[in-house]
Amino acid sequence: MRKILSMAVAIAAGFTLAGAGTPASAAEKLKIGFVYIGPVGDFGWTYQHDQGRKAVEKEFGDKVETTYVENVPEGPDAERVIEQLVRAGNKLIFTTSFGYMEPTLKVAKRYPKVFFEHATGYKRAANVSTYNSKFHEGRYILGQIAAKTSKTGTVGYIASFPIPEVISGINALMLGAQSVNPDMKVKIVWVNSWFDPAKEADAAKALIDQGADVISQHTDSPAAMQAAEARGVKAFGQASDMINFGPKAQLTSIIDNWAPYYIERTKAVLDGTWKSTDTWSGMKDGEVVMAPYTNMPDDVKAMAEKTEAAIKDGSLHPFKGPITNQKGELVVKEGAALSDKDILSMNWYVKGIDDKIPGQ
Amino acid sequence: MLDAAILGAVLASIVAAATTLLLASLGELVAERAGTLNLGVEGMMVVGAAVGYATAYGTGSLILGAIAAVLAGVMLSLVFAVLAVWLATNQVASGLATTILGLGIAGLIGSPFVGTRLDGAPELRIAGLTDLPVIGEMLFGQDAFVYLSLLLLAGVAYGLSRTRAGLVLRAVGENPVAAHALGHPVRGIRTLAVMFGGACAGLAGAHLSLAYTPFWASDMTAGRGWIALALVVFSAWKPLWLLAGAYLFGAVSILQLHVQGFGLGVPSQLLSALPYIATVVALVAISALKRGQGAPAGLGVPFVPDR
Amino acid sequence: MPLRIERQEHISGLRLTLVPLIAIAFTIIVGTVMFVALGHDPIRAFGIYFIEPLTDTWTLQELVVKACPLMLIGTGLAFCYRANRWNIGAEGQYVAGAVLGSWLALATHGTDAGPWVLPAMLALGVIGGALWGLIPAFLRVRFGASEILTSLMLVYVAQLGLDYLVRGPWRDPQGFNFPQSVTFDDVALMPLLLGEGRLHGGILIALVVIAAATFVLGRTLVGYSIELAGSAPRAAAFAGFDERRVTYGVFAVSGGLAGLAGMIEVTGTIGQMQPSISPGYGFTAIIAAMLGRLHPVLILVSSLVLALTYIGGEAAQITMRLPFDVTRVFQGTLLIAILAADVLVRYRVRRVEEVGHA
Repeated sequence: MRKILSMAVAIAAGFTLAGAGTPASAAEKLKIGFVYIGPVGDFGWTYQHDQGRKAVEKEFGDKVETTYVENVPEGPDAERVIEQLVRAGNKLIFTTSFGYMEPTLKVAKRYPKVFFEHATGYKRAANVSTYNSKFHEGRYILGQIAAKTSKTGTVGYIASFPIPEVISGINALMLGAQSVNPDMKVKIVWVNSWFDPAKEADAAKALIDQGADVISQHTDSPAAMQAAEARGVKAFGQASDMINFGPKAQLTSIIDNWAPYYIERTKAVLDGTWKSTDTWSGMKDGEVVMAPYTNMPDDVKAMAEKTEAAIKDGSLHPFKGPITNQKGELVVKEGAALSDKDILSMNWYVKGIDDKIPGQ
Repeated sequence: MLDAAILGAVLASIVAAATTLLLASLGELVAERAGTLNLGVEGMMVVGAAVGYATAYGTGSLILGAIAAVLAGVMLSLVFAVLAVWLATNQVASGLATTILGLGIAGLIGSPFVGTRLDGAPELRIAGLTDLPVIGEMLFGQDAFVYLSLLLLAGVAYGLSRTRAGLVLRAVGENPVAAHALGHPVRGIRTLAVMFGGACAGLAGAHLSLAYTPFWASDMTAGRGWIALALVVFSAWKPLWLLAGAYLFGAVSILQLHVQGFGLGVPSQLLSALPYIATVVALVAISALKRGQGAPAGLGVPFVPDR
Repeated sequence: MPLRIERQEHISGLRLTLVPLIAIAFTIIVGTVMFVALGHDPIRAFGIYFIEPLTDTWTLQELVVKACPLMLIGTGLAFCYRANRWNIGAEGQYVAGAVLGSWLALATHGTDAGPWVLPAMLALGVIGGALWGLIPAFLRVRFGASEILTSLMLVYVAQLGLDYLVRGPWRDPQGFNFPQSVTFDDVALMPLLLGEGRLHGGILIALVVIAAATFVLGRTLVGYSIELAGSAPRAAAFAGFDERRVTYGVFAVSGGLAGLAGMIEVTGTIGQMQPSISPGYGFTAIIAAMLGRLHPVLILVSSLVLALTYIGGEAAQITMRLPFDVTRVFQGTLLIAILAADVLVRYRVRRVEEVGHA
């Protein structure tokens, strides 16, 4: 009964439900689905993932068909949306927020022939890969630039939530800054939000009022950049190139460039070579891109470019020893570097940061 | 801990942060004094932000943008007015529907403008006065929206308490049946009050997208419309209390950022919760002092002239 | 304006069935204009929104799963709103209930605790939600503070409290310091009803609650006292009903049901604690309660309709690449249409001869 009804209505409505798990034939387009946490109009995290999606369409043209669902809350709604994408015939699905981890795994278990890619998570399965970017590499450079540029010796940091990615970003910036000026200070303001333009602007102003003359942010909107521009101080952009919002303020931006990874994984599915992997790419792979170094003297620019080159060729690791934590304990020995796993689960500050991680 | 320069800057930030809330809640206050509870403030604000930005971007004129934002807020408020005032539907549900509709319309209107920017409304500085220590920037270094919000507030405070129109509006909110019997067009007055609310909400949205953070991004109001609604209740429907409430809320939200900067090591969630806890505590204090019960008697009750 | 709306004393069944038809007709007109303007085939779009989700058991199950918290919270809110107590903080009570109940799941995690865990969690969910709901009730009774404001403010406090817990003490030690708890043991999870899909036992609880609420509100003295407290508080006082007891009672019930909904959602579909456990159910349920005219059975129906617009909206994004904002416009239009149609059927618009007052 159910099937008959379903068929009748499907025909009447003029579309067919693609059965899940059927192998894609050569003539058929590869359908690719994306699940976004925010609106594509956020000009931040989700916007950049959508740029990656568009790059896939551009690269493969008629061979692929992409679709996305935006503003998907983490939790039960995510599981339904992912399954709906599978049922609509998508064979490759990118889920682009940490909170989609369990929902992705649950759906993946039910559809072993569909390939899943989960951003920023740590649990994998035979048909679930994880991927992330080494944003901390860029933040090390920001720290160096900040230490060279700041006159007050204080860099302001607008932080979203105390998760390892944000903590490691703060630490990388501090280590970069200390490599230039050991007395450099960082002031951190937690706004408990990824996206709240007015609050981000308030945070930037508060930091500037307290003496920070370089602003770094780990939130999504260009509000802080605009506030810095208005107050005549310098700032670093986040996720997208924000030079448009701070033509005199932006020193550089850490750009999330998901296009290379999305193209590579799409190609793997088309070629039939897709395997479950854990990819953590950085500057070397073009996934973390520095916007042009602007509004700084030539020597600072040269230093930034040199550091960027060193990170790319592997001769510089942002978390190389010796590193001591806030208590003064040696965490990374001279000559060693922090492992990826330790960076991905970081919940401590390096020495010199005058803040307490919320919740500890 | 605070020197004069920081204190001056903090005070100026507080005033700026409070202005969005003051504008939006002022309009809602007038609507509620006429007996209509419009939960569509967030939707009218965000439509104002989107339309205001789009217009200013297209024409290059911030003033035209602000006017367009006001008109957009009024248009959406008319949807609510038709439902809640003329068809006498449930006001809570109608307001929520207005908000959902507004968020959607704003997203569609704003989508071509993602990633663009404007030169925001300038601060109106007065040589000499703006440079006064501590209070200079707070009083004489703000954008036009700040002064406009204070003018509107003064106008509403005066209009509600000292004019005949204000008296009629309050009568309509307190006892629509009696007002009707006296020959006042209850639904017409309520419609005008709702439209004023829409205009103010649209202007509040324009303050965000044209002055505070001059760009467009989806959902950029981030829940401020709900805070504006809370402020109206907090103020016990009195304009001067509203001013105090908006500035208090602005103060708490700015100060919690500064306190963090000093590195006190208090959980940030607690600091973020402070404005809300403070509002509850203040409300309880006001209520305990027997000043809190100023709700218009006819608030939320649809009026249908049966006979 | 020489138009007047008059209440119809007797409404025929035909007219009542017209409500959804008029609403749908209006939505279809607005929707068609919007879809055509955006360059989409309107017939296909409507099929995806309203028909496709009803055509197979998976989406039907999802519909019920999505509607379950809405109908539970909405039913609780009906108690408050009938008594003219404006609890708009169900979202916070939902979180508070889920937090208290989940504490037990985490406390018993890894032990060989028996099947008593889930019922105890649900009970704690009710208690947690009720306690959180009683705060605005207490502040209203004791200090006269407006419950509209306090209940709304407490939403944010509850959410930030949950945020603190999952980022701090409740964080999964094996979880790379990400903000989420361990996944609950099986004894702390709601059993699924069917072999495939996510339909869980919570829906049975919801149905029992709706039946009980229908009985209490419609057939008992308690229901009558709530009704009277709302419509005629002075008469209620004369009849000897204690206004304070009504306030505490309705807030406890609506808070408790919101807390139960939170616990069911966590045990039934999420399976762990995370910073966000609700996409605004507590607020959407206000609409569900209003559309359902504060009647539990109608709230069940309106919850399903609301769930349909969400699921249809996701399908439209996937198959037609319609932006989420289109769904919001669509939802708003549909709600407005239902509200307006409801009035137009119950009332009659008539041209009147007398000249309106100036």
